[in-house]
Amino acid sequence: MLEGILIGLQTALSLQNLLVVIGGCLIGTFIGMLPGLGPMSIIAIMIPVAITMGDPSAALILLAGVYYGAIFGGSTSSILLNAPGVAGTVASSFDGYPMSQQGKAGKALTIAAIASFAGGTIGAILLMVFAPMLSSVALLFHSPEYFALMVVGLSAIAAFAGPGQVTKALLMTVLGLIMATVGEGALFNLPRFTGGIMDLQSGFGFITLAMAMFALPEAIFLVLKPKNLGEDGGEIKDLRITRAEARAIAPVIGRQSIQGFFIGVLPGAGATIASFLGYAVERNIAPKHEQEEFGKGSIKGLAAPETANNAACTGSFVPLLTLGIPGSGTTAILLGALIALNVTPGPRLMVDEPQIFWAVIMSMFIGNLVLLILNLPLIPYIAKLLAIPRNFLIPFILFFTLMGAYIGQNNATELLLLVGFGICGIALKFANYPLPPLLIGFILGGMMEDNFSRSMQLYGGVNFVLERPMTMILLLIAAALIILPVLRTRKARKAAA
Amino acid sequence: MALDRWIALILLGICITYGYTAWFTMDADLAPFMRRNPIWPSTFPKVLSIFGIAASLIILLGLEKGEQKIGEIDHRRLTDYFLGQALLLLGLMVVYALCLRPLGFLASTSLFLITGSLILGERKWHIMIPVSLIATLAVWYLVQEVLGIFLRPLPYFMGT
Repeated sequence: MLEGILIGLQTALSLQNLLVVIGGCLIGTFIGMLPGLGPMSIIAIMIPVAITMGDPSAALILLAGVYYGAIFGGSTSSILLNAPGVAGTVASSFDGYPMSQQGKAGKALTIAAIASFAGGTIGAILLMVFAPMLSSVALLFHSPEYFALMVVGLSAIAAFAGPGQVTKALLMTVLGLIMATVGEGALFNLPRFTGGIMDLQSGFGFITLAMAMFALPEAIFLVLKPKNLGEDGGEIKDLRITRAEARAIAPVIGRQSIQGFFIGVLPGAGATIASFLGYAVERNIAPKHEQEEFGKGSIKGLAAPETANNAACTGSFVPLLTLGIPGSGTTAILLGALIALNVTPGPRLMVDEPQIFWAVIMSMFIGNLVLLILNLPLIPYIAKLLAIPRNFLIPFILFFTLMGAYIGQNNATELLLLVGFGICGIALKFANYPLPPLLIGFILGGMMEDNFSRSMQLYGGVNFVLERPMTMILLLIAAALIILPVLRTRKARKAAA
Repeated sequence: MALDRWIALILLGICITYGYTAWFTMDADLAPFMRRNPIWPSTFPKVLSIFGIAASLIILLGLEKGEQKIGEIDHRRLTDYFLGQALLLLGLMVVYALCLRPLGFLASTSLFLITGSLILGERKWHIMIPVSLIATLAVWYLVQEVLGIFLRPLPYFMGT
């Protein structure tokens, strides 16, 4: 392994490749901030550039830099504008945006940068050590386990249920799941609940819904009741994390790096599930007084999904590099790029072309480090976005909300849907219905139904729950995560009475 | 009746319609070979409709005990806030959606940004106009010329 690391370092640390990784990180960060352009789109756009470079190592280093940059860029728009452009950064907005609203945008972005760096770096170490062994374990996970894993992911909804509001959170989740069933399902190939409308054949767009439920209601609330986000300067640019805060997030980062990485290894699971699970787990194991802060600007609530999604992105390279199986949309595009560069990923890659295998791993370390070094000095300037006068800022937020939906679908009808859903989102917010569960249900709904249906077909019914112990354990964990907060609230109410 | 119960009532209606479709109409056109499967396209929606109806009813009937909280904005006193501005901005978004194709990206976006600031009370034209134009051109250049995603820049009568 040491020889491999040295080969990788030699390749990744050449001047050309260092410039490539810096360029990739910068491009990824800035384009990733645009809602609607996630890592997958940006990598797809950069492939022609990577291929013309000719050298497979340099090309992969560029794409890895773009990948990490895009993830960090996506978190920025989630934290500052509550406009998550990709599913993997939705959970970052749950606590990141409230922190920005409290005038702590600089701190929130710093925590995001450090958590991303730590998640990516620890993930890369785990990748180096465990890659060959894990690839075979990942293949033991079948549809029933994936279904159960998604149910555990859904248990994150408990985090958004205030006292006596569990049913509201549950109803929002069901509504999200219902919306995910509109259109042609992957398994059945039949249009469902489209009402004969052609534009609904492919279902509702994720970005449209995310913008309508998060960014648009927030912008309209800012219009209705103006708030001072950062005009008073001061804290908004303040990057400093106190020692107590560092101590609080350190264990979260440690746990979520490991958990996120192992979830990322599972083909199809990826950064989205890792971030929701990370959020749910950290909330549930936090002391009671800290649990109540989740969703209101908790630093742990921000560090958990940020660490987990980056670690999961690194984990998703395990099946790609060792088996040639893309575990996510992004790694599928990377696989295409590798093949175009005459590199065949799989068990022989480490033996036949070690310089590429190790250069990619080393570029992960360097990419994460470069990203941290480049972004920390930029954070005060990025955070200053919030200090733009309200009269200019709000039209721009609304414009980027519309652009996100338009770029994603290239369809003007989507913009009307966005406004329609946005009005529904505003009404739900007025009535204190939590909106994140709706989006969680929508994101996980499609994957959940596919895996549930496949399990039912394979096992001829719901027997898979009994026949697969891992599925049973995961489902019991999910049930506990939902039921325990209800019991705890009831107990607290009894004690108070 | 409180707003959350009105919303629960609407959602109950949606869940009943959804459930009716799933339970009674969806399987009519199902191919015979699919009927032998343990799972049908309607299975998951059927389960969801039950959960949806149950949750809506619990809220509607007030079975879950919890404190009634007013959100950060009291919807019963909307006129105390900048309601007119909010409604005008929502209307502006609809107009933008309808004008984007016929007017082209450059004209509709710069007009959207200028009008948006105007609605919010901004009157510094010497800042509004250049900022809107520069931002519009920059976004168009980035999205179309750099990223290759087509955005018709000019009105339809001036070609693509």
